[in-house]
Amino acid sequence: MIKRVLRYAYSHIDGPLLSIATLLMLVGLAALYSASGANAERVGAQAVNILVALLVMWGVANISPERLLRFAVPIYLVGIILLLGVAAFGEISKGARRWLDLGVTRIQPSELMKIAVPLLLAWYFDRYEETLRLRHFATAFLLLIIPVGLIALQPDLGTALMIAASGLYVLFLAGINWKVLIGAFIAVGAAIPIAWPLLHDYQRQRIFTMLDPTQDPLGAGYHTIQSTIALGSGGVLGKGWLNGTQAHLNFLPEPTTDFIFAVFSEEFGLLGNLVIMTLFLLVIARGLYIASNAPTLSTRLLAGAISLTFFTYVFVNMGMVSGILPVVGVPLPLISYGGTSLVTILLGFGILMSIQTNKKLVQT
Amino acid sequence: MSRRRRVALIDHQRELQYFRMRLVISGALVAIAFLGLFSRFIYLQIVQHAHYRTLAESNRITIVPIVPNRGLIIDRNGIVLAHNYSAYALEIAPSKINRDLEVLIDELSTVVEITPKDRRRFKKLLGESKSFLSLPIRNRLTDEEVARFTANHYRFPGVEINARLFRQYPGSEITSHVIGHIGRITDKDIEDLEENELLANYRGTDHIGKTGIEQKYERELHGTTGYEQVEVDASGRAVRTLARTPPISGNNLILTLDWGLQQIAAEAFGEYRGSLVAIDPNNGSVLALISKPGFDPNLFVDGIDTKSWTALNTSLDKPLINRALQGLYPPGSTFKPFMALAGLELNKRSEHYSIHDPGYYTLSGSSHQFRDWKVGGHGDVDLHRALVISCDTYFYGLANDLGIDNIYKFISRFGFGQKAGIDIGGEAPGILPSQEWKQKRFNQRWYAGETISVGIGQGYVASTPLQMAQATSILANNGTVYTPHLVNKIVNSTTNVSRSIAQPPARLVSLTPENLKIVKDAMLDVTRPGGTAALAGANAEYAFAGKTGTAQVIAIKQNQKYDERNIDERYRDHALFIAFAPAEKPTIALVVLVENGGHGSTTAAPIARQVIDYYLLGKKRTPVPAKVKEEPSD
Repeated sequence: MIKRVLRYAYSHIDGPLLSIATLLMLVGLAALYSASGANAERVGAQAVNILVALLVMWGVANISPERLLRFAVPIYLVGIILLLGVAAFGEISKGARRWLDLGVTRIQPSELMKIAVPLLLAWYFDRYEETLRLRHFATAFLLLIIPVGLIALQPDLGTALMIAASGLYVLFLAGINWKVLIGAFIAVGAAIPIAWPLLHDYQRQRIFTMLDPTQDPLGAGYHTIQSTIALGSGGVLGKGWLNGTQAHLNFLPEPTTDFIFAVFSEEFGLLGNLVIMTLFLLVIARGLYIASNAPTLSTRLLAGAISLTFFTYVFVNMGMVSGILPVVGVPLPLISYGGTSLVTILLGFGILMSIQTNKKLVQT
Repeated sequence: MSRRRRVALIDHQRELQYFRMRLVISGALVAIAFLGLFSRFIYLQIVQHAHYRTLAESNRITIVPIVPNRGLIIDRNGIVLAHNYSAYALEIAPSKINRDLEVLIDELSTVVEITPKDRRRFKKLLGESKSFLSLPIRNRLTDEEVARFTANHYRFPGVEINARLFRQYPGSEITSHVIGHIGRITDKDIEDLEENELLANYRGTDHIGKTGIEQKYERELHGTTGYEQVEVDASGRAVRTLARTPPISGNNLILTLDWGLQQIAAEAFGEYRGSLVAIDPNNGSVLALISKPGFDPNLFVDGIDTKSWTALNTSLDKPLINRALQGLYPPGSTFKPFMALAGLELNKRSEHYSIHDPGYYTLSGSSHQFRDWKVGGHGDVDLHRALVISCDTYFYGLANDLGIDNIYKFISRFGFGQKAGIDIGGEAPGILPSQEWKQKRFNQRWYAGETISVGIGQGYVASTPLQMAQATSILANNGTVYTPHLVNKIVNSTTNVSRSIAQPPARLVSLTPENLKIVKDAMLDVTRPGGTAALAGANAEYAFAGKTGTAQVIAIKQNQKYDERNIDERYRDHALFIAFAPAEKPTIALVVLVENGGHGSTTAAPIARQVIDYYLLGKKRTPVPAKVKEEPSD
């Protein structure tokens, strides 16, 4: 009886994906314990976050992809309305308008868009599968640029870029013409001098600082300098768990969230990095595998975009910590402290699992 | 049909291949990106490892915040009401200790006295703070203790004596409800600071304003944190200072408050509980603001211990409540001058119209008797006399003739039923009832009988002492509304440039000079022979205008008589008195509220007289209290 219930509960779970993700989250808890200065309370809170996110993942995995895609348009529209709400009545926090107070709870609609955008675009391409023309790509691009623009105006450049990436992956996988793609890259390159004056001071500062962190050692460059020292001083084998001085002597900014990788890398060294990168690669590979075997266009696109977006998070965060990308405030998936990012990531995994397991059910 | 399907199938097949091709390209890009990252790691962790290890291990630069001095709070005559003093604190840096902290503290307590309370507080701090910080185990060491520890310093590596600034409030409970106090920064404070992007400026700061002026003017008082660029070794010990950005001290605040007046007022209350608010009607400056009893704000600075907190929090006297801003009381008969003005301005009464007072008032068609305080009544009463002897029956009739909504419309202009907007937090809005208000509050219609008691400031009317003082000030200056304020000037502590925050009148209440004169003349006669406050007004050397009031704490049944002697002290009536002087050109307007004080004429009016005597004539100047030397805690 119990066995049957368990089997039923597990029927929509993808074993490989769940086990690699769990390994990564355990690594995350260990890193968090060290980064928070052996704060067991923090680790407990994160464990609760993980359980909640796993439940969300399980719930989503049990919804069939067809039904998920039926929600694509409403979720997107609600997201857009909420983003407009933020622009009109949002709460200002840290100089940016990102939160919407609904009386009961505060929400950050840009987080919703991370799922809503790939979902909508996958649904859209699937709908016009038979007659896909360039104008459909143009419409899809418009559907993408509206939320990205609204989020960039908040201003939350990091999230806007992440969502733009997730949408562009769908466009790319849907088969956008190479010429258009190359043309677009050239256009973006040409737009930089036009966009430059529109950027906020702190955004421009970040770009300057990335080019030369030593220029501003007390301000924005401080983050990058300290995190590269953490990495570099870790060496091949690292200083050992709980022995990283950069983090514990408070040199690292936000050691539990955006910069947790620096703590990890200082203590576990290049070898640790190799392990964690392999695990991340396995997640991405599994996601791409699910995408390539997905039964319909929409599920293929969705699975591909989710996997590649996950990759982008990992890459941007590690790039930021190691000083090759600007500090844009993107957490390291499954590792950084914080419930929102965990729930969004595992929700995406839930969709992957739903795609994978429903295909199996159809086949057998 | 079959042909179309085949075409579609072929398309799908090709599409899938195409998709997989793009997936492979993506996968390749992922691999390249990860290779790129990995080569960056190899560069940092192998090629440059020695360089970064040197940076991390031997010497490195850290930024140490230097906390600015908190601004002083000074009364209008230059007397300091909140200041900082330097004292020695015994601090432990847990990151430098590699043995059991409990044992260490036990050993320390043989050298310097450490109470169980100190230990509890230290533990609490330890849980809240980053481990590399130095945390105080004992504050305010005596010279002898400093000497004893210095001799034993070698036994305690990682334990240091540091000079720290402590906040102190010389005015203690007399100014506790005005100045407020600072306290340790909590997680909630950190959240708020983060929201407002101020957290960076609070690096190193342990305290933040919690109540009163300390809270409201936190941004002015705190100052700008300085930074020191320090080279430290691997254990976090400072080796040398490379650069220094000095902190900028917080701004000093010059109050409108008069410490001497505040003290006289507090003393005048004796053992009574209550509140006094005195305002300069010419600009809204708050001259004195008393809420008795107060409490010792110095207890809160480094975290109050549970015992003292429970005592304060459960005391029947409620010392933690700021009665001046939060206490809601019926204004009682002090409401009558405003009712009288309403009657005159709205043409419901003329100066010489008089009524016959049989000692009660009845609404037509009802047998309910609204009783006058004087059994048997006052006989023939016109408006002047009604104010001077405080005739209830006159105002019952007037209230009925005006109707509740007219009363509301006219009297709300004097600030009743709304926050006055003083520059400290926690103000209660109070209640000035109207038909709409009752509908909203109770979802019930207004009954004519309810208007009657409003006429003598009872019934649903509830005001704070601040509101009553504000209304009196508006009456005294013939209708100009100034927002009451406690801070007069903000002085930059480095440049000494001061910035006045005097505001222009917020609004005007248009009143006819003749009507104002009628009411003010009556209020002058209140303090003269024959008036209800004649005793308190005897031999006044200035034109002393006032109005007594008594506010019921418990309702008296129809056939019952209120007898002070039979009633428990806490259920006795509250005594009230509003006043302004000199009547022709007032420079002070005030309200005195004595909780359970009985009658306004006997307890509240004499307090007002003493305060005004001091303010106008400079009688009885008292010296500044000596600085508190020994704190009862910490």
